[in-house]
Amino acid sequence: MFSVIWAVLGMTAGVYVAAELVWPTLDFGQQWLSFGRLRTLHTNGVIFGFGVSALMGTAFYSVQRTCHVPLFAPKLAWFCCFAWQICVLLGGISLLAGWNGGKEYAELEWPFDIAITLVWVCFAIVFFGTIARRRIKPIYVSNWFYGALIIVIAMLHIVNSLAIPVTISKSYSIFSGAQDAIVQWWYGHNAVGFLLTGGFLGMMYYFLPKHADRPIWSYRLSIIAFWAFVYSYIWAGPHHLHYNAIPEWVQSLAVVMSLILLAPSWATMINGIMTVSGAWQKLRTDPALKFIVLSLAFYGLATFEGPMMAIKSVNVVSHFTDWTIGHVHSGALGWNALITFGTFYFLIPRLMGTGLYSIRLANIHFWMALAGTMLYILAMWGAGVSQGLLWLSLDEIGELSFSFKDIMASMPPYYLLRFVAGLVFLAGALLMTFNLYMTIKGRRTVQVQPPEVRSHQV
Amino acid sequence: MMNGIGLHKKLEENTGLLIFGILFVSSIGGLVQVLPSIFQESLKTPTVTTRPYSAVQLIGRDIYIRESCSVCHSQQVRPLLAEVKRYGPYTRAGEAVYDRPFLWGSKRTGPDLHRVGGKYSDIWHRLHLINPRDVVRNSIMPAYPWIAQRAANADGDIQLKMRALQKLGHPYTDGEIEAAPGQLEGLMEIDALIAYLQVLGTSRGPGDTP
Repeated sequence: MFSVIWAVLGMTAGVYVAAELVWPTLDFGQQWLSFGRLRTLHTNGVIFGFGVSALMGTAFYSVQRTCHVPLFAPKLAWFCCFAWQICVLLGGISLLAGWNGGKEYAELEWPFDIAITLVWVCFAIVFFGTIARRRIKPIYVSNWFYGALIIVIAMLHIVNSLAIPVTISKSYSIFSGAQDAIVQWWYGHNAVGFLLTGGFLGMMYYFLPKHADRPIWSYRLSIIAFWAFVYSYIWAGPHHLHYNAIPEWVQSLAVVMSLILLAPSWATMINGIMTVSGAWQKLRTDPALKFIVLSLAFYGLATFEGPMMAIKSVNVVSHFTDWTIGHVHSGALGWNALITFGTFYFLIPRLMGTGLYSIRLANIHFWMALAGTMLYILAMWGAGVSQGLLWLSLDEIGELSFSFKDIMASMPPYYLLRFVAGLVFLAGALLMTFNLYMTIKGRRTVQVQPPEVRSHQV
Repeated sequence: MMNGIGLHKKLEENTGLLIFGILFVSSIGGLVQVLPSIFQESLKTPTVTTRPYSAVQLIGRDIYIRESCSVCHSQQVRPLLAEVKRYGPYTRAGEAVYDRPFLWGSKRTGPDLHRVGGKYSDIWHRLHLINPRDVVRNSIMPAYPWIAQRAANADGDIQLKMRALQKLGHPYTDGEIEAAPGQLEGLMEIDALIAYLQVLGTSRGPGDTP
């Protein structure tokens, strides 16, 4: 049991390491010399460093508590933790060195693709092994989402990374052109779907009821929403290829399924918000809960915006513009980062057997995170909508109204605002790092008490 | 409804069934929507004038990938009046069959590049790549001075690359592969990249005026 607790601690440390790897790249790359490489490092760092480490850590933490058993193969869990950090670290270096597969969010070259697959298999063994020997008969809903994360990401990653290696740092995809595009966005969209949405919903389903100290509002709704989510997300990928050279029916199908996707997305959001209902007074005293509730609001916003942008007549304006970047960040900052921060504020003091160092600082962080995210989205909406409309604008004799350069020239104010927004958000995250560091440093006992499990009967 | 709940009770009490259920439900979309396009011949049939990249162009393309040019430049002219006016004939699937991976992109921080071939002179590209602000005053594109200082064949892997592509069905002859290192001799990376940019989008679809 002891080793398990330390395994959990190790995961959380992994989350730290990863988070620190991530923040320095946040937004700074706008005009750096090697923007192309840094931007790749940024996306991979946040998704695979920050995102996956947080998911792996919380999955290992919550699966033990929802199954009432210690981790299956705790040593393998340790291996997952460290091997993953090494993958992200070396992978990041390789991206800076220019090893690049060229597919968005799958840029890492084939040696890393294989390493990632191996770590992922270990992750699956530990996770499902723990579930298999659980002492509670039903598998709790958070574990379905974590399970879907593990299974579907494995499927997407393996298919999309299929390639013929040339040298250690170079390979060619076995798919080409239009087909490669369809496969890539099947992967790309669902990496967002099952990692950044589904995985974090698993986090929400465990930590939100714990915070609020109330059971999930509707169990039945969670079942329906889960399966509808798993079924419909997969179809939406080609909405990243509207008006591109792929078959029309594939695009149309993606529009329809993207709109349908709104239903399970919002069902889950409503389920989450209603769970807090009756515990609203806690929002005043618990900064962690505040983070999670706000993250659900952003989740609702982003999952509404997404289907809207998937409609072709909206997409014609939004595609290729900074609007897309804004949309991604309302999800990544507003939803993923905020819920993870909330989870940190909840988890670290518990794991340390002590209270949070400063609730005041956490509250300040809350407002900085909110301001940063809002500013970021506003800047990108402004930039994106003007780009989209100005690019398409024709004058009265049917000629282009503006040259690309003219439109570019109107962008600096938006980009500056975006930089400031990123800075505010980053400063908030640094404040949190300090707060959590002081919490860990100030712990009273070395021996860590596992939190009591209250929600289930054995 | 009670039946549905009963069914789900089985699923959520059995790890294997749950895993299988997730795998099954999540693969339907892929099977119906993605798999058919893998077998759709029209998506992998080159247009009449589309040729595989020459050794020099291929090296240039791999530099384009290495520097992640595609995160700021799309290569996809959409079939919209304003786009065709701004960039040229819209992109056809058949023009991309030798693109591994595809580089259509998702963001235009800079302009689309699919029809950039032949639009500017080699000298313009050279100046622009070394310092974009020398030719476009307010450009926010990064400068790439290092590609002017590195030999195009510095990695010496051109024949390996072409053989790998040959295996994937690109119609390179053994003679072409034999001659490849010779073609790269004396060239810098910047030359290769320019060769790639100049061939981009030059194989137009039937009926397009050049």
